[in-house]
Amino acid sequence: MSDKKTLFIDGIEVEIEGERNLLELCRKIGVDIPTFCYHPELSIFGACRLCLVEIEGRGIQSSCSVPPEAGLKIHTNTDQIRKLRRNTMELLLASHPQDCLKCPQSTKCKLQEIARKVGVTDIRYKLLTKKAEKDTSSYSIVRDPAKCILCGDCVRVCSEIQGVGALNFAKRGSNSTVITAFNIDMNKSECVNCGQCAAHCPTGALTIHSEVDETVKDINNPEKVTVVQMAPAVRVAIAEEFGMPAGVDSTKKIVTALKKLGVDYVYDTNFTADMTIVEESTEFVDRLTNGGVMPMFTSCCPAWIKYAETFHPQVLKNISSCRSPQGMFGAIVRKAMPEICGKDNKDIVSISIMPCTAKKFEARRDQFLKDGKYEIDHVLTTQELAQMLKSSGINLAELPDTELDAPLGAYTGAGVIFGVTGGVMEAVLRYAAEKVGGIKDAIEFKQVRGFEGIREAEVELNGKKLKLAIVHGLANAGKICEQVEAGTCKYDFIEVMACPGGCIGGAGQPISEGFCKKQQRAEGLYKADEKCALRKSQENKAVYDIYNKYLDGGPATHAAHENLHTSYEKRAKISADLDINKV
Amino acid sequence: MLFVISLKAEEQFFKLNFLWGVTMTETTGQVLTAVEKIEKVREILKENEYKPSRLIPILQAVQEVYRYLPKEVMNFVAEELKIPAGKIYGVATFYAHFSLDPKGKHLIRICDGTACHVRGSEPILTAVRNKLGLTKTKSTTDDMLFTLETVSCLGACGLAPVMVVDEDVHGQMTPDKAVALIDEILKTEKA
Repeated sequence: MSDKKTLFIDGIEVEIEGERNLLELCRKIGVDIPTFCYHPELSIFGACRLCLVEIEGRGIQSSCSVPPEAGLKIHTNTDQIRKLRRNTMELLLASHPQDCLKCPQSTKCKLQEIARKVGVTDIRYKLLTKKAEKDTSSYSIVRDPAKCILCGDCVRVCSEIQGVGALNFAKRGSNSTVITAFNIDMNKSECVNCGQCAAHCPTGALTIHSEVDETVKDINNPEKVTVVQMAPAVRVAIAEEFGMPAGVDSTKKIVTALKKLGVDYVYDTNFTADMTIVEESTEFVDRLTNGGVMPMFTSCCPAWIKYAETFHPQVLKNISSCRSPQGMFGAIVRKAMPEICGKDNKDIVSISIMPCTAKKFEARRDQFLKDGKYEIDHVLTTQELAQMLKSSGINLAELPDTELDAPLGAYTGAGVIFGVTGGVMEAVLRYAAEKVGGIKDAIEFKQVRGFEGIREAEVELNGKKLKLAIVHGLANAGKICEQVEAGTCKYDFIEVMACPGGCIGGAGQPISEGFCKKQQRAEGLYKADEKCALRKSQENKAVYDIYNKYLDGGPATHAAHENLHTSYEKRAKISADLDINKV
Repeated sequence: MLFVISLKAEEQFFKLNFLWGVTMTETTGQVLTAVEKIEKVREILKENEYKPSRLIPILQAVQEVYRYLPKEVMNFVAEELKIPAGKIYGVATFYAHFSLDPKGKHLIRICDGTACHVRGSEPILTAVRNKLGLTKTKSTTDDMLFTLETVSCLGACGLAPVMVVDEDVHGQMTPDKAVALIDEILKTEKA
């Protein structure tokens, strides 16, 4: 009892339990201190000056940057603090465009939300609008620097969590701005399109590149047959946009909604997730037994792929050559749909709904061009799907259930868990345990689950011990890449997902702070997996039907290689003519 | 404080190569090839042990080689130091000392600090601008002979108003004296 350290917040005694600052302590007792620049997973920055508290004897300080000390007496809601916070908000708003009504971030904007919370009703300062051009060059992200409040969240998530550093502060004083190196277009920078900058941006300065209008146009066109694939993580997050809790499995409601909208076929990316497992496990076993390049990395995450191509080209040969489930689906649609719907490929519109902004970039890779046309026409994120439904007057929460279409809507539990960190690894183990180890009843591999940034596991297959690693956050992936490059990597198989938590934490998902909602979404996926009658990819009969019909009868065949595999290319960090010999 | 610094600077006889990136190579007439310049950059990186924490001294030295910081070179330094190019761009655009545009052969700096301003730096600035056909936004002549900059204090307030041409400090300037100095340089350049 005596070694308990406590301090006082608004007269309430609070125990210090390893919190790194006063702000976390305040939140622990339910006092919501406003802030733009503080995120528990990022370094402390202290830039926005909103989280002010009064410490007796020390005056006003920003609570995010003061470590807790026993005995401190803190006040969070004095007249002076209220006045200061409101003033800070007024100053921020004075140099922010006043165009909320047409801003894509409106109603999700933290600037708006906190302005309301601290009670701004008037801006006493002269309005200054920054002049800055929008950067719409990226398939994934739209950058509107005029709306930037310089909180630095994007800069820190890009370098600290993703190890990329595409966005940085430049210039100074009133000219300060967050830009790419040399102010180059986003699509020419080292940006990997993960979108975590947009997911962390409190304003409309970084938003998702929307493809809603083009998609609706195609759905409304009677000449076109529209085919949708939906990724696993979408179903456990979209409900949040319609006032339902995170983690609710809305698969069947999404089918109803899309059909109502006029989509002709609603399928599931889980189908090709199962296919990926069959193909990728075959590749892994082949590498392992025939002296192929080891260790092997997974290849489902397009942000990870671009990261490796840009920052660690030496490990490209270690990455499975399998396309991502989205990529495989793109190919299967072009193979199977003409027969299913009786239309020509030119009249078939392939739409994917993803939790991910990088999938938009993936769909435009040269490798996915077939006969001069991209296999996938539109990629929408979960957020865009919600917006598309809302703009069409559809309330997901009120819809009845509809089953997915056959045959590309069939899936097993192994496909479902693809959406969460550790899921691909677990799905592979379910396959390998049976196919290689001969163990029929191995389904759940809980040792690969969790949210640690780098997790290790070991399994034994046929008397051989396999060392596995599961990483999320590209900075963590970078560490493993360095080990591979140095020849010190002790793992055999490594799963990489760029976004914290895996696809459930993708930047295309409804915006969520911290890990709480991500945890619920993960639980939602594991529950959906448990509910599946079939839980191993090799039990998905429809996958083998497609193999038999279009892909020479099985994995690793010539046709499978042609349609389900891809190639990677070394990329320059900055794609511009920067030849040092010319200066 | 200001006074103490100015005394010290005056003692040094105003050979100002301590703070400003005046390129010794250009002023001593030595012209380096692209390959030689890259070699110099490599030497600079080596001397600084490829430490990202030494970024500012590295950029200062690199700017001495090129007379400005070309994108190509910043990108090269980023690769060598294994840091994002954007970080270097951030530092290079933060400090007024670093220039992202090529500078003219002769660098003219007119002090517009408090002391110099009070003693008439503004008319000197206008006179030099008019003489060279420069404006507030255009600071380098088309023939790349002159670059004109203002600085906020040279620590030589006792000699205000001050103008520095390349490495030489000229005190108690007037618009006429400034124009005469430029004429002199033009004469030697034409010869």
